[in-house]
Amino acid sequence: MNTIEQLISIAIMALVTFFTRAFSFIIFPNSKKLPKIIIYLQEVLPYAIFGLLIVYCLKDVSIIEGSHGLPELIAIILVALIYIRFKNSLVAIFIGTISYMLLVQVIFK
Amino acid sequence: MKNNKTLKYAIIKTLPILTGFLFMGISYGIYATSKGLPFYIPILTSIFMEAGSMEFVGVNLLTSAFNPLNCIFITLMVNARHIFYGLTMLNIYTKENLGEKHYRFHKLHLIFGLCDETFSINYQNTVKEGIDKSKFIKYVSTLNHIYWITGCTIGALFGSFIKFNTLGIDFVMTALFVVIFINQFKESKSKYPGFIGIIVTVACLLIFPKDYFLIPSFIIIIVILVIFKNKLRKGETE
Repeated sequence: MNTIEQLISIAIMALVTFFTRAFSFIIFPNSKKLPKIIIYLQEVLPYAIFGLLIVYCLKDVSIIEGSHGLPELIAIILVALIYIRFKNSLVAIFIGTISYMLLVQVIFK
Repeated sequence: MKNNKTLKYAIIKTLPILTGFLFMGISYGIYATSKGLPFYIPILTSIFMEAGSMEFVGVNLLTSAFNPLNCIFITLMVNARHIFYGLTMLNIYTKENLGEKHYRFHKLHLIFGLCDETFSINYQNTVKEGIDKSKFIKYVSTLNHIYWITGCTIGALFGSFIKFNTLGIDFVMTALFVVIFINQFKESKSKYPGFIGIIVTVACLLIFPKDYFLIPSFIIIIVILVIFKNKLRKGETE
């Protein structure tokens, strides 16, 4: 691709990305009178979405090969335990991340 | 001043995202330039797309033959989940929350910046006491965008000079989502939706090709949530 084609491609990707984010606002322009089913989904969907996002972050982890997902499992349990015990999200996230980096760089190399 | 307090609070809340975006952005900048793309490409995508995973995929698109239809299709597939973020944010991006001043502009700008990480902070409709909700929502969105642009720019320009081993740093995003998931678990009347999300997504990851498993995941999750509505909802909505 030459430069013009690259710039056009970026413009297309940017516009389509914006479109996906704006889609619900286009379909439901009046946020006051949403269908009951949408109001219900607004309640329960975020909780389900974060379950999906966790799996999405781990999509490249293999249980069969390599480290078998152990660094991820250990680090996630660590994050959960620290957060449940100390209720500090930053501490839980940073300790969990540093531990994960240690695990993949040193222990499960 | 309320503004400073809100800004400080927004910075604290977005610290994990600062770390994640700096290193993900640097990785992306290095990756894009290593594939032969000029330095300004990752900078442009970080400004106009702000869509991490799609920008990585975009590198493949930009280094192949020009195919606008393919660009449209692949972007739709990868970013389809943002349609569902919009659904939740219908309640948040309102005049009550954002204020009357330049409401349309702010709403458009916030919709533009609706990436995973900004959604993960702004989806809640309440803030701590003493915090200006309208400013907080806008600060979070803008700060995250700045972090992302900064990371991508550093990666594009200076990537070859970064020496220490950053392997695994992107786990910070997983950790953030785990913390939020636990919060959701504590606050939700029904505990099932979160686990429905996990189980359905794992199943789809096993059944569908890795590039296309998110859309079926979302569809099946929504179908299940709707079918079991009576067992799952908090209470009467009206």
